[in-house]
Amino acid sequence: MTHAAICLRDLTIAYDRHPAVHHLNGTFLAGSLTAVAGPNGAGKSTLLKAMMGELPLASGAIERDAISATDIGYLPQAVEIDRRFPLTVGDTVLLGAWRQAGAFGAISMASASEARRALSAVGLEGFERRHVGSLSAGQFQRVLFARLLLQDASVILLDEPFTAIDARTTRDLLGIVQRWHQDGRTVIAVLHDFEQVRAHFPETLLLAREAVSWGPTETTMTAANLLRARTMAERWDEDAAICAPQDRSIA
Amino acid sequence: MSINHLLIAPFADYGFMRRALVACIALGLGSGPVGVLLMLRRMSLVGDAMSHAILPGAAIGFLIAGCLSLPAMGLGGLVAGLSVALLSGLVSRTTPLREDASFASFYLASLALGVLIVSLRGSNIDLLHVLFGTILAIDATALYFVGGIASLTLVVLAIVYRPLVAECFDPGFLRAVGGRGPLYHLLFLFLVVINLVAGFQALGTLMAVGLMMLPAAVAQLWARTLPIMVLIAAGTAAVSGLVGLIISFHLGFASGPTIILTASLIYGGSLLTGPSAAVHRFFPRPHLTG
Repeated sequence: MTHAAICLRDLTIAYDRHPAVHHLNGTFLAGSLTAVAGPNGAGKSTLLKAMMGELPLASGAIERDAISATDIGYLPQAVEIDRRFPLTVGDTVLLGAWRQAGAFGAISMASASEARRALSAVGLEGFERRHVGSLSAGQFQRVLFARLLLQDASVILLDEPFTAIDARTTRDLLGIVQRWHQDGRTVIAVLHDFEQVRAHFPETLLLAREAVSWGPTETTMTAANLLRARTMAERWDEDAAICAPQDRSIA
Repeated sequence: MSINHLLIAPFADYGFMRRALVACIALGLGSGPVGVLLMLRRMSLVGDAMSHAILPGAAIGFLIAGCLSLPAMGLGGLVAGLSVALLSGLVSRTTPLREDASFASFYLASLALGVLIVSLRGSNIDLLHVLFGTILAIDATALYFVGGIASLTLVVLAIVYRPLVAECFDPGFLRAVGGRGPLYHLLFLFLVVINLVAGFQALGTLMAVGLMMLPAAVAQLWARTLPIMVLIAAGTAAVSGLVGLIISFHLGFASGPTIILTASLIYGGSLLTGPSAAVHRFFPRPHLTG
């Protein structure tokens, strides 16, 4: 399991020409479990959105040769979904069967029972007929994890999955992340809690627009690296010069 | 004054009342579900803007046909409505303006242009008809037109229900699974426009959106699942049509506004008595054990 799942080559993503991710190089190995950490505005969510193909690249490339776009499961930040929508928990989870059923196909018995299993795996057995509007934030996050379970994607991107989520739900959902890791899926998660990163994620990308450090968590999350990450991201230059590519050597 | 005289005679005796009633029911069947989805997409005001945007197209149809001809004005309205929808979508994707802001700018221009065109050639009566509709003047052709649009709307909604709902609920997810969300968004805007065009002869450009949004608001107060909401919205629109027509017949009120006011009264009643109503703050029901 040493081949690359997703390869970033000299990747730059810019908002209004200011880079949010700057000349990033590196590889997410297939089957790896990587935390993306870093200060606010470091480009963590931007990187995930770009890997989903939702943002234009200013330069460089994201290579994911063996993986089709629909083989990536993505959990956006919780605020991006309207939780008052009149949809049942069961229907929400079954959206995860999109690859089998598509826009028009019938939901098979297999998918339906798989959805039930996914719901009980996230501890929401018997919630099928409840409305998503009646769930707490933690329960809703469990529903989204159940949908990801059903999606059965080989690469899973999680954007701050445990922000504003209670401790018990976080523990349960971290268990699911570990299960995905044991299944050999590639999991990439944006996280804020450094303790969580140290305890559960073998690989870490410490991002501050550029990669401060990328590798095994114990060598990445050192005090010196964290300090460097903080100082880099807080520097913001309104009059920044144009970045000339020939000045940089590709690592 | 018997029940028969009050409720049945107007429709038994007069063909125009029967046609108006059928038109109202057909409008409700199409517009109700579309209105519910529009509201869930938080695009209620976009529906309003669209109904104004239809005017210049209808006005040009009016100029060319020389009279209040529904096919000509409907076609014009369709073209105008779709152009505004497409232009607004384009502007909101390529500039920092949000979709509602770009809709607002386009529909204001569109409304002004429409009134200008009608006033160039027609009388004030014509302008009133265009703005407020003439539901009692609906003929067989117009009825087929309205019925056809309602049928088409229901068939299309039934086919694209899943991707449309998914796109409403979580557009990011649909993008991630490669579900072609923008296609369904456009298709939905098309349904909005054709339903407004259908409502246009009955209720006029200003109030066509009334049978779309008011029943949808009522439905949201009463139901918690989408299928029930859709049913309630369609039913509310049909009942508003029936009651509004009867009241306007007996009291001599203008029929379009009476229908919309009836829908507004149902909305007001639902606000007061519905499950999520204000009344329950003052008369709380006992809570359950679990």
